[in-house]
Amino acid sequence: MNLEEFLKSPMEWVEAEGPQRKIVLSSRVRFARNLRGFAFPGWAKKPERQRALEAMLPVVQHLPEMERCFSTSMDNLAALDKQVLVERHLISREHAARNVGSGVVINDGETLAVMINEEDHLRMQALKSGLQLKAAFKVLDKVDTELEERLDYAFSPRLGYLTACPTNVGTGMRASAMLHLPAMVVSDQINQVIQAVSKLGLVVRGFYGEGTEALGNVFQISNQTTLGEREGEVIERLNKVVLQILDHEENARLSLLEKKPRLVYDQVGRAYGILTNARTMSSKEALNLLSLVRMGVDLGLFPPDTQRVMDELFILTQPAHVQKAVDRKLTAEERDLCRADLIRGRMKDLAQPREDGVEPPTGGQTKIV
Amino acid sequence: MLCDICKKTEATVHLTQIVEGKILKVDMCEGCSKAKGVQDSAAFSLAELLAGFAPAAQPEEAQAEGPGVQCPTCGMTQADFKKLGRFGCADCWVAFEDGLGPLLKAMHKGDRHVGKVPGKAAHTLVINDRIQELSEHLQKAIRGEQYEEAAGIRDEIRTLEAKLKVA
Repeated sequence: MNLEEFLKSPMEWVEAEGPQRKIVLSSRVRFARNLRGFAFPGWAKKPERQRALEAMLPVVQHLPEMERCFSTSMDNLAALDKQVLVERHLISREHAARNVGSGVVINDGETLAVMINEEDHLRMQALKSGLQLKAAFKVLDKVDTELEERLDYAFSPRLGYLTACPTNVGTGMRASAMLHLPAMVVSDQINQVIQAVSKLGLVVRGFYGEGTEALGNVFQISNQTTLGEREGEVIERLNKVVLQILDHEENARLSLLEKKPRLVYDQVGRAYGILTNARTMSSKEALNLLSLVRMGVDLGLFPPDTQRVMDELFILTQPAHVQKAVDRKLTAEERDLCRADLIRGRMKDLAQPREDGVEPPTGGQTKIV
Repeated sequence: MLCDICKKTEATVHLTQIVEGKILKVDMCEGCSKAKGVQDSAAFSLAELLAGFAPAAQPEEAQAEGPGVQCPTCGMTQADFKKLGRFGCADCWVAFEDGLGPLLKAMHKGDRHVGKVPGKAAHTLVINDRIQELSEHLQKAIRGEQYEEAAGIRDEIRTLEAKLKVA
């Protein structure tokens, strides 16, 4: 399928209602793999990289999981299209900078993506809605086993899957969950969590925004180490920690509602008001307001399906997506205008926030009266 | 106590860092600590220093002017690796094996893979692994002058090697 068809087809992980979805947006597992007999992409000269790409691309395309897929060599993608794929977290920023000799294959639901000749020969990821780390691992493990039958992996019994960077050697696996933690940010608990988690060999970083900036209160938590531990153990540990963070976030939401219900309703209501009326909006402002409305869904202020619209807008309001929507390059100011129009358009059929007096959710369950 | 890096001068700088619950310690002399940039303790990572330890394990080479060890397959040198932080090909893992232990230990939970093994290679790999393990035992037995035990281990290795040839 071509890029336009691909981008139009729905993102499966947004559509699907995965477990713990009100706090965990998605679960992701990636493997790094390399071929024996080819220099790693960062060190290989162009002809060798191309030969490696030619060896891998058809094998990846013929995976049964890739029956309906978008597949291309990186030099065939326009800069804006690459950026769109980055914003969907289907390719890395580094991969977007690559051209001849690198490629990408993504299934139509965007739940499976394989980068060819990024830092390693193969970087494959599986994506699931909500908290489904084990399920994502299972999918990717199967794909990896299928690829291994037709590709000669660089593997050492002592060190495992050999990678370009020593930080990935062993399992080559990075598992991560994307968490929406507005109440922990508001109540200033997030830094404690980041510190506590780092002691467990896990890392937390903002999912949107560069560097330390965490926009939209969306955080990604992932394992840091890949050697000396089985994949299942890593996933189990990550899963446990995510469940704990989830508990904390739920408690933080409840306690916010108990202590300052008016203030919470006010913030959510204002966010809704601005999103549905603004005529210009930066992506930073959009992410933060969308985050508040998303939390409002869990607090019972909006009908449940509002959450899916917010999750979609998290992606569609990113700079490249805004430009892709009008199909031309825009200045920052023009983007802000288009973004505001896009948000108003998507939100015009949504219900307004309910009047106050909504009972606070009990036991972390959303209660719609 | 001698400096861990130059192994010549008395160590006066003693560093301890806890990385993921593991304690890393390095003792250095004044000169080496300056050379390694151990001034600002906040910005300084012992793991990174340990990563640069490879040459210290082979002092003659570390001091020789030149790129050091080179990967025979892809031509990457030790200097290239230090600069890029990435290996050139799978064989670099063998070529630069010597200094890797501390680096991997500082980065990871262990220094040995315990996860998935590609099915196709599993049989051969398991045997290879066992041979390697036995070879280490063999060396130990020889050093300890346990010749009878050494002979036993040698025979076991030969049997396994024969199996590999048949496979």
